Parts: sequence; structure tokens; C-alpha cells
Amino acid sequence: MTTNVKYKSKPLDCWQWGKELRLEAYQDLISGHEQGKLLVLGCAATPYGMLAGLGDFVFLAGEPYGASIAADPPFSIPCMEAYEAKGYSRDMCGYMRNFLGSMYLDKYYFTGGSFPKFDFAWSVRHCPAGHPKWHQLVSEYQGIPMNYIDDETMLSNEGDPQHRIDYVAGQYLDTIEWMEKVTGRTYDDEKAIEAMRNYFRNEALWGEICLLNGAVPAPLDIKSLFALMPISMLRRHEKIATQFLETLRDEVKDRIANQIAAVPTERYRMNMLTPPPWSFLKIFRYLENFGVVFVGTYVYLINSGEVKFLIDEGKVIPATVPEERPGWPEMKNREDMCRTIARWRAEHPFQSHLDTRKKEYVILFRHWNGDAYLLLLNRGCVPMTTSMYDFQRDLQSHGIAVAMFEGNFADCRDIDETGVLDRLEAFLEGQGIHELKEA
Amino acid sequence: MSAIEKFEEILENRHQYAKDWKQRTGGKVTGWLCTYVPVELLYAAGMLPVRILGTHEVQDVTDRYLFPTVCPFSRDALAQGLKGRYDYLDGLTMSRTCSHVQGTFDNWRNYVPIPFSHYIWLPCHRESPRAVPCLRGELLDLKQAIEKFTGVTVSDEDLDKAIELYNTNRRLMRQVYEFRKSDDLPITGAEAMEMVVASQLMDVVEHNKLLEDLLAELPNRKLDREAGLRLMMIGSEMDDIVFVRMLEELGCTVVIDEHCTGSRYFWDDVIPEEDRLGAIARRYITRWPCPAVSSEFNDRGDRIMQHAKDWDTQGVLLYQQKFCDPHEFDIPSLAQNFKELDIPTLVLEFDVTIPFGQFRTRIEAFLEMAELEVF
Repeated sequence: MTTNVKYKSKPLDCWQWGKELRLEAYQDLISGHEQGKLLVLGCAATPYGMLAGLGDFVFLAGEPYGASIAADPPFSIPCMEAYEAKGYSRDMCGYMRNFLGSMYLDKYYFTGGSFPKFDFAWSVRHCPAGHPKWHQLVSEYQGIPMNYIDDETMLSNEGDPQHRIDYVAGQYLDTIEWMEKVTGRTYDDEKAIEAMRNYFRNEALWGEICLLNGAVPAPLDIKSLFALMPISMLRRHEKIATQFLETLRDEVKDRIANQIAAVPTERYRMNMLTPPPWSFLKIFRYLENFGVVFVGTYVYLINSGEVKFLIDEGKVIPATVPEERPGWPEMKNREDMCRTIARWRAEHPFQSHLDTRKKEYVILFRHWNGDAYLLLLNRGCVPMTTSMYDFQRDLQSHGIAVAMFEGNFADCRDIDETGVLDRLEAFLEGQGIHELKEA
Repeated sequence: MSAIEKFEEILENRHQYAKDWKQRTGGKVTGWLCTYVPVELLYAAGMLPVRILGTHEVQDVTDRYLFPTVCPFSRDALAQGLKGRYDYLDGLTMSRTCSHVQGTFDNWRNYVPIPFSHYIWLPCHRESPRAVPCLRGELLDLKQAIEKFTGVTVSDEDLDKAIELYNTNRRLMRQVYEFRKSDDLPITGAEAMEMVVASQLMDVVEHNKLLEDLLAELPNRKLDREAGLRLMMIGSEMDDIVFVRMLEELGCTVVIDEHCTGSRYFWDDVIPEEDRLGAIARRYITRWPCPAVSSEFNDRGDRIMQHAKDWDTQGVLLYQQKFCDPHEFDIPSLAQNFKELDIPTLVLEFDVTIPFGQFRTRIEAFLEMAELEVF
């Protein structure tokens, strides 16, 4: 830990392309209607490739939109205040408050102008604290139809799961008819299946890229991953995203082969479980002065990517797409597609039960060659935080150093930046990591 | 001793009641978290279903387990387990509803020794036709798990008997609530709450007997004070009877409620079907919804407004356990609905302990304002 190596470093060659792809997605929300595209709202975990059966569409995932606003306090604070002025509480989901405040103010963050009017809201209910209720509020405010899929099956590891998969698959099937009804369009099974194949492929690619960050030095840091994540989060159903992610993967492999580091002074590697405090991303830049690189976070590795945990072997490997898995049938029609999605969701690490998830955290830590975990006690998201002390205890029982801080991931008014930095500096000192003199 | 005094006594000695029941019957006692646990099924297996509740005492034993933004009720309930106050439990069951009480269940299962536990994955898309078959599958899993644990086979006759007993219990409590429509109120809100909370802790046969006694007493019963403003209480979990007593001492009476230690718990019956588990599943999917399991406001909203009218409500206390997101979503819409009917509302946020002095000022001001509009 006291050896100071200086690695080579350079920006990603595909960085500019990634920025353009990301901006295109957000611009499409403004011009989409003029181009005859459907505008649909949901959460990032929704298998929105299914929407391709209705024709061209633009999907706005509420979380990355809320996170983008959170990273810009002058825009975020009026959004929060507009939301609170409606009588809602400030302890609710931080992403949601940014999103809904932007809607109430009728201000679209990325390109300016009015907030988009959606054709309908369609989402998965993976968060009992709010996501369907969030879309309920949009539905009521904009007067648009809303439907959702309840598929939070990870909460149970008891009994026969078959009826849960039947339930989830049945809801997907039902929503196809519902979508035809609310849009007046005829659903094309082949187009939807094709888009879902892209979706699965891009998830696996993103997961593979995140796993490559186990290399020393880390070819990417968490800031770059967060900046590129919207492509895998918002454009997962598109071939262009596959082309980009394959290019990115190859470039990352090249960086590994040539020892090109994201942080040239890397000497201490930290992992997270949660999103960062978006208004306080400078935390990562600041800690680079100590030679700290953040290599990844569990939640956005599996939220917009997929990996395969081999629990008994203590390994994590890239995921294959469903149709390439032994015993999984080819998707030939909407029934096959819905059942595949339901089964894929049920077996996705996103749905891992609490007891399994603890093992995955340890496996991922070792795969990423971590030195410590940084846990956020997130005041802006109850489900993400409920078990955090349990996770802390479990990680420590495996001999893993854990730093913890408290604050809101999406409300800049609710985080003590100086206090957090003091706490982390003290933690690093305890680990024998001091500020680098040349920094 | 009157029925109401009996309810109060059982509430004060709830743990002793369960221990005595266990000794007397040789049966097993199962704790439950959340009113979406089908008590009929537990009772059919010869178990006493006991709801896990808090004590509203200052405590700090949960701080190592649950983050402070987990709701006070969930923390208070877990504290009881960590302190060993439910050490007589043979089992613990929970139905999937909200993240907060999920934390209670997970930590209880991990850190409080319990011979049996079972999680019911409640399908929360209650508007979907797929929900009832899914919950039926969950109930079958629960039934098989209980049978394995107890060694008792639950027959159709056992289920029929339990369904009938709980339907009777619900019907009798609704009859008591009918008396609260009267101008000449025979029962306070605190007393009614004691009745409902006791139903979540007692053997249903014994509770039914007390309800029959109460229904015989009510026609001749009168409050020993003026009823004052007719209040409705709406919100999340609420078992703080001391608070309701203090509230009513300020010159009002709670005539109707909508929370899960009140009407939301017992309002809907199981409609018998040949498929008993299917019938129970249908009841829990279609019952008066908790906002944690519904993303459609109108069903709950319409039922609440109808109750407010039927019970001639003059003011509404909209309260929530601190950090209870699902209720935080509904409160602004409910406040707006009442505003349109010119019924004043007061919003309160509860913690484990309630500093009544602070609430008193706000409640008194609210009552004064409301009385000006009503009387």
C-alpha cells in the first residue's frame, strides 16, 4: 500500500461516441412524437424492448433522469421544492422527487423546453417504496394510461416459484393487449422479439465490461462507468448500443493488455453497493489524490447489465443470453417471449434473495480485487438501505474493510460533504493510505 | 367486567394471554407482521395468530439493525423481538408489502431465534387477474410448510371452520362500527381500537364471544362526556391507544377509522368457494387495499370518502408513521378530496414515542378551527 506506482492513462477513444449516443436518447424524447415514435415512461429495470412490438418508441427511465438532475443542484433544488409544494414528503425517493419536480415545473433537463408528455407509463414494480406510485402520480398529472408488472420475486426463496413465474409471464402477456388498446396499434411479435434479443445481448455486454474492471490497474473508474451507463440503460434494445458496447469492451481489453489505468496513481481499490450521491461526484476525484480508485458498484452492474454468479465456486462470469442457455427455448412468439422474460427476471442477479446477495457481494469484491467497500446509508431510498447494516456485518465477517457514510443520493440539501470527506479520510488513514504528495 | 374492560385487560397482558393459551391448548403460537397474512390459514392449523406490535417505549436496540429512516413501527416491532418479549413464539410469518416491515422480518429471522418462519410473496398487482392464482400458490406453500412444522394436516373442514369464525369476527366488528354512526355514541374511538387490536391477538372464538357481549351492552351504553367533533382517523399502522385516548380528551370522538389496526384489517369477508385456498386468496387480493400494495388510488380513495360520509365525519386526522412512503403518496390526494367536501384535515407524522405536548397544541388548534366550521 505504500508503494506508489504511476500507470499510463488516457481517455477512452470511444468516449465522444458514447456521449453522442447518450444525448441522442434524451433529445429523442423531445422530437420523438414528431417522428411518430411513442414516448413511454418507466423504470430502468423494465424490459422495454417489448415496446418495439408497437413500432418505434423512446423510453424514458425515470432513475437516470432523476440522477442527472441530482448532479446539477441549481436545477435540482427548484424541482425538489416544486415537489414538496404539492404536499409530498422530502423523505421519499430522491430520483422521483427530481423527476416529478421537473414535470411540475414543466422544464426538461437535457435540452430545455417543456417536459415531455408521455403516451403511457409502463414499468416493473421492483421497488415497493415508490416506483409504481411514482408512475401513478405521472399518470394522474398527465392524464395518461398506466400499467405495471409486479415481479419483485427476489424477496422470497421459499416454496415452489412456478406460480410466481406464471404470474409475472401472465402480466407481460396481458400488458401486450393493454398496450394495443391504449395506443390503437397492432403488436408485431417479431419486432418485439428482435428488440428483446438486443436487450439481453446488451445487458450481458455491459455486465462483461463491468467485470473486466477486476484487472489491476482498473481500466475504467466508476465515474466513467456512470457516464456510459445510460447507453446500456436507455438504449438496450438497439443494435447501435450493441455496436458501441462491443467497441467499448474491445477497447477496455486493449487497455488491460497495455496496463492503461483510469487512475494513474491507483493503489487502493474500493467498491460500492449502491449509487453514489450524484451531487457529490467529486468525492471520487478527491479520493484519487490518495491513490483510491472506485472500480464499480453492485447496483448498476446488475441494473443495466447482467452477470452470472457461480455461488458454490465463488466466481462471477459474464452472462449468456437466455436463448443460449441450456434448456431455454427459442422465442418464436409473444408467449415464448413473455415466459422467457419472466424466467430471465426471476434468475437475474437483480432478483437475488438477501441471503444470496450477501454471497454475491463477497464474490464480486474478490473478483474486482477490492481493498474495501464503501457503503452509503441512503436517506433517499428505503429498499436500498434497509439491510445495509446486515450487509456491513456480513462483509466484515469475511475480513473486508467497510467504510460507511450517510446522506441522500439525489438531494444535495441532505448530505454533509465535508463530514463525509473527513470520515473517509480517517478511514483511509486507518488503512495506511495517506494523501499522495505529488497530487 | 364489561367486554371493553376485558379487551383492555388483554391488551395490557397480551404476552401472558398468549402464553396461557399455549399452555391451555397445547397449540403453537405464530407471530405475524402485516394484515396481509391470512390468519384463517394459521388458525385452521391449530395455531394462535398473534400480531407483532410495538410498545411505544423509547428504545435503541434496533439501531444496529435498521437504518433510522425505517418506519418507527417496524423498528418498534423488531425491538420487541430483540428484547425477547415474544420468546414464546413458535413461528413468524410475513406477507410481502413494504420494505420497512420487510426489514423487521429479515432481521428477526436472522437475529432472534425462531423455530419456524415463512414468507408469503403477496402479488401486489391486485388489479391483475393473475394475482389470485399466484396468491393461491403462495397459500398452498404456506399450508404445506405449516403442516410439515406442526405435523397437523389442514383439512377442508378445518379451513371451513376457520373461515366461518373469522368471517363472524369481521361481521360482529362491523356491527359494532355501525353503532358509531349514531349521534348518541356508545363507544369511543380508543375503545373501538382496543376491540380491533385485541382481535389481532386473541383466539377468534374467545374474541367472538366478547364481541357478542359487547353488542349486547352497547344499546344501553352512553359516553360519560360530550362526543364533540366527529373525527375520522386515516393512515398507516396505528396501535397507540394512549394517543387516541389523549386525543379524545381534547373534545372529539373518533367515529370511524381507516388503518390496519382498524377497519382496513377486518372490513372484507372471505366469500366461500369450493376451492378454499382460492377463496382466501381472493379475499386478500380484493380486500380494502393498503397503499403499499396498490398503485391505483381510486379504490382506496373512494372507499374512504364513502366511509367519511356514512359516519358523518366532521374532521379528519391524516397521519402516517414517519417515513411511510406509500401513505405519503396518498395523503395529498386524500387531503384534496376532503377539501372539496369542506371537511377539515390535520396531517400528523408519528414516531415510536409521541410527544403529546407538541401534538396537543396542533390538535387543539385544529379542533377549534373545525368546530367553527361545523357548529
